[in-house]
This record gives sequence, structure tokens and C-alpha cells, in this order.
Amino acid sequence: MKKFLAIALTLVMCLGILAGCGGTTTTTTPTPAAPAEEDDTITIHVGGIGPLTGGTATYGIATKNGAQIAVDEINALDSNIKLEYVFEDDTGVAETAVSAYNTLKDWDVDIIYGTTTTAPCISVSSETFAERYFQLTPSASSPDVTAGKDNVFQMCFTDPNQGVTAANYVKETGIATKVGIIYNNGDAYSTGIAQGFIDQAKELGLEIVTEQTFPADTNTDFNVQLTACKDAGAELVFMPIYYTPASLVLAQASQMGYAPIFFGGDGMDGILAIDGFETALAEGLMLLTPFNATATDERTVNFVTKYQEAYGEIPNQFAADGYDCMYAIYEACLTIEGLADMDHAALCEALIAVFTSEEFSVDGLTGSGITWQANGEVSKDPMVVAVENGAYVTK
Amino acid sequence: MTFLGHVITGLSLGSIYAIIALGYTMVYGIAKMLNFAHGDVIMIGAYVCFFAVTSFNLPPVLGILAAMLLCTVLGIVIERLAYKPLRQAPSLAVLITAIGVSYFLQNGAQLLWGASPKSFPMNFFNFGGEKGISLLGGELNISYVAIVTVLACVVIMIVLTLFTTKTKLGKAMRACSEDKGAAQLMGINVNQTISMTFAIGSALAAVAGVLMCSAYPALMPTTGSLPGIKAFTAAVFGGIGSIPGAFLGGILLGLIETFTKAYITTDLSDGIVFAVLIVVLLVRPAGLLGKYVPEKV
Repeated sequence: MKKFLAIALTLVMCLGILAGCGGTTTTTTPTPAAPAEEDDTITIHVGGIGPLTGGTATYGIATKNGAQIAVDEINALDSNIKLEYVFEDDTGVAETAVSAYNTLKDWDVDIIYGTTTTAPCISVSSETFAERYFQLTPSASSPDVTAGKDNVFQMCFTDPNQGVTAANYVKETGIATKVGIIYNNGDAYSTGIAQGFIDQAKELGLEIVTEQTFPADTNTDFNVQLTACKDAGAELVFMPIYYTPASLVLAQASQMGYAPIFFGGDGMDGILAIDGFETALAEGLMLLTPFNATATDERTVNFVTKYQEAYGEIPNQFAADGYDCMYAIYEACLTIEGLADMDHAALCEALIAVFTSEEFSVDGLTGSGITWQANGEVSKDPMVVAVENGAYVTK
Repeated sequence: MTFLGHVITGLSLGSIYAIIALGYTMVYGIAKMLNFAHGDVIMIGAYVCFFAVTSFNLPPVLGILAAMLLCTVLGIVIERLAYKPLRQAPSLAVLITAIGVSYFLQNGAQLLWGASPKSFPMNFFNFGGEKGISLLGGELNISYVAIVTVLACVVIMIVLTLFTTKTKLGKAMRACSEDKGAAQLMGINVNQTISMTFAIGSALAAVAGVLMCSAYPALMPTTGSLPGIKAFTAAVFGGIGSIPGAFLGGILLGLIETFTKAYITTDLSDGIVFAVLIVVLLVRPAGLLGKYVPEKV
């Protein structure tokens, strides 16, 4: 009896764990297709991949939700192209991302949207390259994602590009001459930006007084790195890291009584939205972001309102990039002749031709006149914002 | 001065490891099982405290008490549902179950509270509106969180040692640890004693959770897992099953980690910490303060 109970309980627990996974791999129900009289409706299957669970879940969820809002808008338009959209969880792990991609293939996916984070994206993009699926990632920003793969395009700017922009900004405005760097050297994103920054800073003659690293985003103690920056006399600390470790850096700097200018990349976006975060800690923080949720143009306001209604949060740039991805896909599809008869491989070639053509550009939340180069890199300008009184102010 | 700063960082980090390690060591010493879900109980404790303080506007002290209470109940429930039915099972089965419970708690927390990080309130340990004391004309800043953590750790260690050596229940625990069958014959309720151990371990986890998140205020469903593993290492380092051992192991681990980061490399700090563990175990297989008990064949 006891044994039976033990087995039963173990089973229940296993189920519980599975249910945990099941509950989050949400399959999004598409909005009902066009009115009945339109027989020429073309449905494009867009399959998203990103982390909905695990340490980077917050980015995956944002890219999933932002894209969903665009899909709903597009399907409500009076057009014969409809998007059917599902999103698979990759937990931020490369192996899982490839399984998620295989699941999407079973669903007859036409276009891959994702993946959200860099390492899984590199794995998935080699698969999509070989099997000819068009892939557009909202946020995987390493150049490795697109290198040598003509079918992969990015909506976010690349890492080295961000580092270069940041270095240029620091030099031009002269806000600091002695710069310390803290970055995560276990992460391609962080290392990429840091390297871009360091190279550009050397060229511009900015003095980098110390380079501090930490090995993973699970790192919580930054006292040593901050002490090194403080002792080296850094007036500005460049930290191209995600906002969760960044919030810890800011908290520990304040406990130490160290107050340089902190400057971050686009991964810093979202720091003000952390539940319970003391925004005073981020006062004066500068970051690069393509999207400002407090902007007052009609499209941003509309997006932010819808997003808040649906998900109860202020969208960050990941959500905005996701939204722009869907419009880019939709607008590109509009220009393709004979879309109805295409399989995924033909569609892939057609979309590559559109994305790399001179006249194709997209106006989105994260920039206007967004274009792509043949190597998949996006051309849009990073924008520097600073936190003042708990809100972004464009610099 | 930088050196002193690093010592303080190491001590406060080590004290957090030590408090978590005390929970590991208690449960291991008495129930002879590795409760890998311990790190996740810490996370639950921190969440409970977070919501008690932010959503229900309770004062920090009540928040900590609420976290301790809930974690105690959680610890007992986990023990009843997941571990007790396996008391006669091979220890590997219990170990796998513990890992299962750990994942269950992590995913459960994400389902309940979402994946985005929460920022733990940092004003729990502000005294007189200050975050810490500044010595030597601002050269050396010691945060109150660090002081409270170290003190709490020492107090908990002393209380636990007294509890296990002086009280009846504590003696019952040690009896169970030495020989469950004999303890039962002496009229000790073994099941109840083990439940009690889990209750105490989990209450400690709640305290560790609050202290850890006050010092490092990012709270996520995965917050407890890495400190959990480090604390487990600390417990083994000091000699698992030994209360002063867990304390010593935790403090040493924190110091080694901080000094490695400061003077050798930040990239390999975890690697070096674990390498030290291996060396210690080669020289003293039972850990620094552990008792080597030969298996009777």
C-alpha cells in the first residue's frame, strides 16, 4: 500500500511538473479568418520560438505578446493575407529551441519568428538555413546569428554596433573620460557589445580604466567588480548586461556609496518595470534602446494601451521589436506575387529578395524607414535615453 | 581598505551560505537525505515576505514571520507528501524525488508569480534612514544588511547547537540520526522528529531567503537554485551533518569566493571554489568538522 502510494505520488509530481510546462507553452488561437465571401484568403503560418519559462522567460514572453498584438491588428485589416501564429517555448536553451523548431515544422510552419535569445537562435538558424525557412528574430543580436545565413534577418541592432554607438556618445558628449566596464563574459550578447565598445573607445582615445567580468547572469554579488571600478576612479561604468543583474549592480553600488554614471545597452530596458524596484537607484542611468514606451506618437500610445490591457504591463523594447517583426513580415508578403502557391522554401527565397531590396522599408515602433542589409543586419539608429525622475528621457 | 571591504563582502556572503547550509546539514544529519528542494524553499520564503510587505503593507518583522510560518508549513507538507512515503526506499529514489520537488517549486512559483524578476525592498535593514555605516571618511562602507546577516548567522548557529545538545527534542533528533531503529525502541517518535527537523530547516530557509534578497534584491523563481548548490557545497565542505561545520564551511566558501574574484579572476571563481572543495575532501573525506563513520559491512 505504501509503495503504491509512493508511486502514485511520484506520478502526481511528475504530472505536476509536466503540467507546469504544458501551461506555459501556449498555443495562440488565431483570430477568425476573413469574411466568407473572400475565397482568396492566404494564411501564412508564423511560428515563434522563445523562452516562456526559465531565467530569460521575461524576454520570450515580451516578444510573444508584442507579436500577438501585431498579429491581431493585421488579421483585423481588410486584406487577403492572414497570419496564423503559434509560439513554442525553448526555455532559452539551444537544444530545446531545435525541438521547438521541429514541433513548428510538424505544424506546417511557413516563417520562423525568433528565437528571442542569441544562443538558441544560432542553433535554430543553421537548421532553417539548411531547410530553407525564412527567419526573422526580434532580439537575438549577435552577428553570429546571421553570419553566412542568407535567410536570417534581425529586427534589433547588432551587439558591436551598440558598443560603437555607446562609445561615440560618451566621447561626443564628454560626460566622462575614465570608463570602467562590467560585463558578462559567459554571454555572447554582453561580450559582443563590450568588445565593440572597447575597440571603438581605443580608437577614440577614451581611457578604459578597468574591465571587470562576471561569469553568468545567476551571479548576484558585484561588490568586487564595483570596488575595482571605484578604486580605478571610473567616472562612468559601462555595463552592457541584462537588467536583472544590472538592478543588483545598482543596489550594491548604492550600498557601497559609489555613484558613477551607469551606461547600459538595450538589455537594460525593462529595469524600471521590475516589480518593487526603487527607481531612485536608476536615477541618471543611461541606456541604448530603440523604443520608448512613454513616447506620445499615436502608434506607440496605441500599442502601449493595447499591451497594457491584454497583459497588464508596460511593454519593453522586446515587445516592440516583436510587434515590428510581424508588420515587416506582413508588409513583405504584400509585395510578393503568387504568394498562394508558394511552399516555405519558395516563400523564403521571395522574402529574402524583398528584405534585401533597396525599396523595401518598414516604419515601426522601433524606428522609421527600417531597412536590412544583405547580411541580415538591420539599419536603424540606437537611441540614447537617460532615466530622470523614474522615466526615460531621450538624449 | 579594499582588502577589508572584501573581507566584509566575503563574510556577509558566507553567512548567507552558512544559514542555508545549516538547513541542509540538519536535514541530512537527521533524515540522512539530501533535500535539494531546500534552495527553492528559500525562494518561496523570499516571495512570501515580498508580498507580505508590498501587497499587504505589513511591517518587515511580520513579513519575515509570515515567511517563516509559511515555509515551516511548506517544509512539513513536502516531507509528508514527497519524502515520507519513500522512507524505506533506496536513497537514490529520495534524491530524485527531491530534485523533482525542486523543479515543482520553481515552476509553481513561475506559474503563480511570473518569470519577471521582482525587486526586493531594500529598506528592511535601514537604521536611522541610513543603509550602512561609513568608516574612515567614506573609504569603507559596511551595509547594515551585512552586519545583520553575520549576526543572524552566528545566533542561529549557537541556538541550533544548544537546541540539539540540551533540549529533549534535540536529543531525540540526535538519537534518530544515530540509529532510527534503536531510537524508536526508546520511545522516540521518529516520524514526528523528522517532520520537526524539516520544519526547523524550512524556517531557517525563510530567514536565509529574506537576508539574501535584502543583500541581493533580485527575486526570481530561480533565485534559490545556485545559492542552494553553493550552500550544499559549504555543508559538505564543513562536514555534512555537523552544525558548526556548516557554519565554518559557509563562511569559508564566501571568503574564498570573494578573494578569488578580487585577486585571481572573476571568471573562474566558482571553479576555484569547487576545486578547493575537492582538495579538502581528498585530505579529509568527511569534511572539515565531520566525523568519519566507517560503514559496517
